[in-house]
Amino acid sequence: MKRILLYLKPYRLRMLAGFTVKVTGTMAELVLPYILTHILENVILKQNVSEIVFYGVVMIVFSIIACLGNIIANRMAARVTTNFSKAMRRDLFTKTLYLSGADTDRFTVASLESRITTDTYNVHNFIGMMQRMGVRAPILLIGGIALTLVMDRALALVMIATLPIIFVTVYGISRKGVPLYSNVQKSTDSMVRVAREDIQGIRVIKALSKNEHENRRYDKVNRELSDRERHAGTVMSIVNPVMTLLMNTGIAAVVAVAALRVAKEQSSPATVIAFMQYFTLISMAMMSLSRMFVMYTKCAASANRIAEVLDTPERYEVIASNEKANGDHITFSDVCFSYFGKKNDLENISFSVAKGAHLGIIGATGSGKSTVLKLLMRFYEPTQGEIYIDGRPLRSFSREELTNTIGISLQNGFIYADTIEENIRFGRDLPFSAVENAAKIAQAHDFITAIPDGYSHLLSTKGTNLSGGQRQRVLIARALAGDPQILILDDSSSALDYKTDSLLRAALDEHMKNTTVITVAQRVSSVKNCDLILVLDKGKIIGRGTHEELMQTCEEYIEISHSQMGGAFVD
Amino acid sequence: MLTDEKNKTPVRKRDNKGIFLRLSKYVLQQWHLFVPALLFTLLSNQLSLLGPRYSGAALDAIEAVGGVDFPAVWENVIRMIVCYALSAGLSYVLAVIMIRLSQKITYKMRKELFEKLNTLPVGYFDTHHTGDIISHLSYDIDTVNSTLSHDLVQVMTSIYTVVGSLIFMWRISKPMILIFVFTVPVSILFTRYRSKKVRPLFRKRSKKYGELNGYAEEMLSGARSIEAYGRQDVIAERFENRNEDAMNAYYDAEYSAALLFPTINLINNISIAFVAIFGGILYMYSQSGAVAVGSAFFISLGGVAQFVQYSRKFAGPINEFSNILHEFQSAFSAAERVFRVLDEPSEPADVPDARQLSHVDGNVELDGVDFAYVPEKPILKNVNVTAEKGATVAIVGPTGAGKTTIINLLMRFYDPQSGEIRLDGIPALQIRRTDLRKAFTMVLQDTWLFHGTVFENIAYGRENASLDDVKSAARAAHIDTYIESLPDGYDTVLSDDGVNISKGQKQLITIARAFLSDAPMLILDEATSNVDSRTEQQIQSAMSDLMQNRTCFVIAHRLSTVQNADVILVVQDGRITEQGTHEQLLALGGFYSTLYNSQFS
Repeated sequence: MKRILLYLKPYRLRMLAGFTVKVTGTMAELVLPYILTHILENVILKQNVSEIVFYGVVMIVFSIIACLGNIIANRMAARVTTNFSKAMRRDLFTKTLYLSGADTDRFTVASLESRITTDTYNVHNFIGMMQRMGVRAPILLIGGIALTLVMDRALALVMIATLPIIFVTVYGISRKGVPLYSNVQKSTDSMVRVAREDIQGIRVIKALSKNEHENRRYDKVNRELSDRERHAGTVMSIVNPVMTLLMNTGIAAVVAVAALRVAKEQSSPATVIAFMQYFTLISMAMMSLSRMFVMYTKCAASANRIAEVLDTPERYEVIASNEKANGDHITFSDVCFSYFGKKNDLENISFSVAKGAHLGIIGATGSGKSTVLKLLMRFYEPTQGEIYIDGRPLRSFSREELTNTIGISLQNGFIYADTIEENIRFGRDLPFSAVENAAKIAQAHDFITAIPDGYSHLLSTKGTNLSGGQRQRVLIARALAGDPQILILDDSSSALDYKTDSLLRAALDEHMKNTTVITVAQRVSSVKNCDLILVLDKGKIIGRGTHEELMQTCEEYIEISHSQMGGAFVD
Repeated sequence: MLTDEKNKTPVRKRDNKGIFLRLSKYVLQQWHLFVPALLFTLLSNQLSLLGPRYSGAALDAIEAVGGVDFPAVWENVIRMIVCYALSAGLSYVLAVIMIRLSQKITYKMRKELFEKLNTLPVGYFDTHHTGDIISHLSYDIDTVNSTLSHDLVQVMTSIYTVVGSLIFMWRISKPMILIFVFTVPVSILFTRYRSKKVRPLFRKRSKKYGELNGYAEEMLSGARSIEAYGRQDVIAERFENRNEDAMNAYYDAEYSAALLFPTINLINNISIAFVAIFGGILYMYSQSGAVAVGSAFFISLGGVAQFVQYSRKFAGPINEFSNILHEFQSAFSAAERVFRVLDEPSEPADVPDARQLSHVDGNVELDGVDFAYVPEKPILKNVNVTAEKGATVAIVGPTGAGKTTIINLLMRFYDPQSGEIRLDGIPALQIRRTDLRKAFTMVLQDTWLFHGTVFENIAYGRENASLDDVKSAARAAHIDTYIESLPDGYDTVLSDDGVNISKGQKQLITIARAFLSDAPMLILDEATSNVDSRTEQQIQSAMSDLMQNRTCFVIAHRLSTVQNADVILVVQDGRITEQGTHEQLLALGGFYSTLYNSQFS
């Protein structure tokens, strides 16, 4: 929480100003019952109508001051809250983008998402509420108590005696309610989950005539949710009656004690009227305060989740190195890696690729193909061994240097809601000609120009308005547009038909002569012409060589190749 | 009544009366809760209204001529405490009853809605977003619920309080009521005016927030790509623009709304100031004897005190009204959305004398079938297919040609516009839907697993399947080693985010599910599209066993899987353009042979 409150620091003067205005306004409000009592107690004795009217007008003036004070202070608070959460959210989002792969995995994308959305919103709300009510409530409370103490000490003490009871009750019940509501939240989640599963599996359910079974399954979660909601609601609805009762009992006690004191001429009846009003104000303040406690626990949890991300240390270190180019473009030297630190996901991977050569990596799902690429992109750090580009350790490349060297088209490539042109350019400072040229090599130009609005055609999130093959070509164009020295195609042409695939290969050979190309695939035909093919199985290299060599030496490669004979794709 | 009106008026004009009546029906069904709730509301309010009256009386007793009238003070203090205690007790009981009532209603609504969903035709789910349907079950019903449990009581209480306070104030001092003739309309008009101005700003605020969150989610899903291209700063900057927009929208809404409550408070305080002035003057004259006891202008000190308290009570609900009205509006539109789903036509019932199937051979015929999802876009045109018992029919063709549509028709997820589908010579429309569907086993491209153990997921198709049955099915699908490597083996709970399970593995589990079925017909729609080619080959023989003696319909991506079919149908543009065995089609030299040969060129 402290970490997050630092974001308020730049606004402390403005907050102080807002605070002052708010205090003024609240004080003005507090004076009203006092004046009322003054009229009834003192002014009336003077039998002077104009003086009564005068004090009435004074009340109105104070009301206006209170009103203006509150409006101005609330607006100032809104400004502070706005700036505060803007800065916090910006930092959080930027930090999230710079997290290392291992850290992202640790947090999980879903959790990072909810930190940026729900958690910042919770904190934002609390900061806003704190400024609006957090000032008003304590002042009403303290001011009210102080004023009543001045008016009549004994009566004030009667009133004050009930406050701790009110506070403890409300706070206690609210605390009890929090876990109950988180249970309700869990039940809601399972209710929604069952419904979602059912909607998605409606064909299977209908095919197997499992409607009754599904109805029963839903009924179980539905019933549980209802029960939990009822339980939480039943507990929480104690708060209001208890509060009201305690408050009113307090008033009754004040009346009773006042009677004794008036008899001894220590109090006046008019004071009792003021007390009744102060008591209402004070109780309302108590209610706000206890609500703020509940809000605070919620906010503190969120604030900690945000701080956790913000405080994640930067893991991208750049070491110094003296170059020792040896002709090889990319070298893996005895590289091991493990995602969870238990068993190795990659074991003793060593290979070298010359500049301009083509490397193919093949293997079943889970064999570690993509992991090799993730290490090369430095999404993760190897647990052992070293990777070199141009003889320089990978760790001596700055982020910028590395991303300028490599162009990558990933398996589950990222397409976002924007134009085709922007999806290829991807926020880089590239002229349109580079975009168009890349699209031509990637065999995307023809289908793009066939769309009426061409390159300015708007794509939907995840590119759902493109076919699988079109998506892949846009992603390849993106990788090519930066004219990289190393081009990585991670399962990038699986949705392309044979003809387009071979046209793409030919275009790459023609236009990207000096580019080292790494192709990761499940299909033998995609890697067949590579200068070097690595066969991966369970994180180990179990075969290496050209297609012809592997067809002689590597049993798995032969098996994969045979399984795909005649495996033409229809789309 | 509601449906009729809706059909008559295509323009979306909300039928508030109809919705209200329909909602009332839910409430009145729980009359044994609702009637006591109503009674308790009135009672508890009456008691809390009496409170200020007794405190006023106590004050008058304190100020009585000739010293404090202690017996009267005690009497009134005790009355106050009793009233308030009873009122608190009653309002707690009331709250509990209302929660019970609203939970019964929401439980029932959710149940009805969910069970309705299960009867809707598949077409409904093809044309509505999952998220939207779910929001009816969660958000919409919640909105209705909170209005029923909270606002309903609030309205009853408010009306009673307003009327009650007014009556009490009338009794205390008729002339002073005039103050409210002035302040109440001002406050109502002001609230309505401001709300109208502020509401669009808040709507804009939620919209901008939604956009911001959507953008964050979209970009996070591409975090790896953004990193690979070093675009973090550019994306962060774009995020910042949306952040700025959202925050400005927030500020505008707050800025405007900041006026509302302090101003209402001001109006209330001004009323009190007027009460102080006029009450003070009247009290002064009453004290001096200028106004006689019993006159309309007479007021005691206790009277002034009561009047102040009642006027505070009175002002609260009046200001709440416009808020509550707004709540009711949104509850009505939520209820309308729920009712609209409930009024959707279900899958048409089976024909009156629908046939029960006891034994199915598996002869399937499609005879001159035409079909379109939307009238202007026909998908299948005059399709004729005959599948003999035990035969394998493969369907190939480009995406969108209508392959999956044939499956949809076979399963009667949709019915053809013309033509007929027959099973063992019986028209499909004459067969009970459940029997027809049970005669098929399906493995689909979109694998479907639910939150439950691996065992439950595999055994889903066959009730009472034993662990051994499930294990041998898993073995046949080559997924047994993977399952046994899971932390709890067959008892491992599968979930979206929990266990690391690939698409291919999911597909193998659904194949295992199919192995447990003994239906005479089998549908494989891209059943192995996510399985890698080696594994696919490994399960090939098991798949052949599965297909043995069953009539099979196979849609496949890879031509190698369809080669051995008894008949291959080439579907192009809604028509069957080629039909025959692999050899026959190659000899024909059409689309199929071009496709087949392209892989070797």
